[in-house]
Amino acid sequence: MDSKAKAVSILKNNFQNFLFVLPALSIFCVFYIYPFYKMINLSFYDWRGIGPMNFIGLHNYKELLGDHLWWNSMLHAGYITLIALTFQNALAFALALACDREIRMKRFYRVVFFIPPVLSEIVVGLIWNWILNPGMQNGQYIGFLNHLLFASGFPQLVHNWLGDPKTALTTIAIVHSWKGFGWGFIILLAGLQTIDKQLYEAAKVDGAGARKTFTHVTLPLMWPVMLVVMILTILGSMQVFILIVAMVNEGLVNHTDVPVTCIFSAMENTNRFGYACAQAVIFGFMLVCISFIMKRLSDRAKQG
Amino acid sequence: MRTNKYMFLGMTQSTLIHVFLMGMALTCLFPIFWMIRCALMSNDTVFVDQAIIPHHLNFSNFATAWIKGNFAIFFLNSVIYTVCVVTGIVIISSLAAFAFSRLNFPGKNFIFYLFVAAMMIPLPGSFVALFVLMNKLHLANTRFGYILCMINVGLSMSILLLKTFFDKMPHELEDAARIDGCGKLGIWWNMAMPFARPAIAVIVIFNSLNVWNEYILATLLLEDTKLMPLQRGLVVFQGANSTDYPVLMAGLTMAAIPIIIIYLTMQKHIVKGISGEVVG
Repeated sequence: MDSKAKAVSILKNNFQNFLFVLPALSIFCVFYIYPFYKMINLSFYDWRGIGPMNFIGLHNYKELLGDHLWWNSMLHAGYITLIALTFQNALAFALALACDREIRMKRFYRVVFFIPPVLSEIVVGLIWNWILNPGMQNGQYIGFLNHLLFASGFPQLVHNWLGDPKTALTTIAIVHSWKGFGWGFIILLAGLQTIDKQLYEAAKVDGAGARKTFTHVTLPLMWPVMLVVMILTILGSMQVFILIVAMVNEGLVNHTDVPVTCIFSAMENTNRFGYACAQAVIFGFMLVCISFIMKRLSDRAKQG
Repeated sequence: MRTNKYMFLGMTQSTLIHVFLMGMALTCLFPIFWMIRCALMSNDTVFVDQAIIPHHLNFSNFATAWIKGNFAIFFLNSVIYTVCVVTGIVIISSLAAFAFSRLNFPGKNFIFYLFVAAMMIPLPGSFVALFVLMNKLHLANTRFGYILCMINVGLSMSILLLKTFFDKMPHELEDAARIDGCGKLGIWWNMAMPFARPAIAVIVIFNSLNVWNEYILATLLLEDTKLMPLQRGLVVFQGANSTDYPVLMAGLTMAAIPIIIIYLTMQKHIVKGISGEVVG
């Protein structure tokens, strides 16, 4: 009798404790786990959003393999990622190095460099879209960039930056870098500040110059932090989408589309839900692989 | 002689560094300044007057955007969504994190690792299935549905952050509260929540930024203009009035300024939040 009462009270206790996670768990199951399952499930069907669902096995995936536009969009995202990895991260690292010393207005710089990252992609995209406006009125350029180029004596550089298929993607990548470098800057600066200043002193005593100190002290110690920044950059840049919506909308479909654009248009424009899900599965799988490899690299780097 | 040379080198070096930093700072600030500047011009002058400070200031664009451009509705919706989602995330995630850290029940670790795994797996395309689900539940095109979806977005991260914080809470605090007659809920509210205030600050800031700036789910789930938040409203407005740049810029300013103000006042927490998570 006594033990039974005890068991009941333990059960009651466990149940009470479980109630604490119940709200989180139910939201998580409904809005994360179920869509996750449904996404994989739908990718085996031909479905127009309403009406009958036809099971077609791996057909969506087979079609995806030969889909020109899809792999093209992957290349576009890869190109933006490449620019973000090189140009954006180099800039972030250079700025972090410049700020990692006793310097006036250090706080000002730190505050200002993180303003673009807190703005939304829509706001950033629409502002730049306006600055890059290619139009002319009364013999004057409307967009500030073209006006500036013209007024400062480079009329040959005036260009329809977002309208020309050759420059549109690069322009988007640069605006993406403008918006994103603040993240890398803050993280890298925090990393630089954890480096023991005595190491620099020791290197100086050993007769190392500025360059040697950088390659032999700063770089090896910063490697794990740089890997973290690289993971964040890759994941962020591969999924770029909203910025493109805001900057070119659907003006240059075949030149500026990225994987998320493809998924979106398969679903919204052609109503091919199954195909959109197959794209989402492949894309998600690729991102997981990339972040897994990078994570392994960074764990190894941390172990030294 | 030698010291002079070094001083000179040091000075040119620091000047160069300042020029570099200042240049980048200007590049960051200029587009925002340009947005505000153009918001203060009229449709007649915005295309022709390229002076840095415009010759005629015109404040009517803000009123036009607010009333005719529906920005009053968009702005109010953004505020509603941000407040509801962030409150929801803080309460739900702190309850769960408290249980993961301090309470026992079967399957606890499994459920916790489920949340951790969710954080590691990026799901860029799950919105397709989410859209299907929301239609089935009749939650598409409702405020409630959008709020629930956005709570889910911030949940894993917040649970993880709060759990590491609750793990550091001394057991004596908890025991003292229990002796004073606090139940589990009482300990959570009276001891754990105040203890985790710095973590909650970080969660509030990052999720506010995230909800205020969210676009994809707002596009998918909300078709009714009355329900749209600012980001969605801006794109709708731009689509309908593609040449009315001053009013568009006024709308952009209204979307950007609150977030910049929050950022400037909370700046220390943000830097701490990012660098603490990644480096420390």
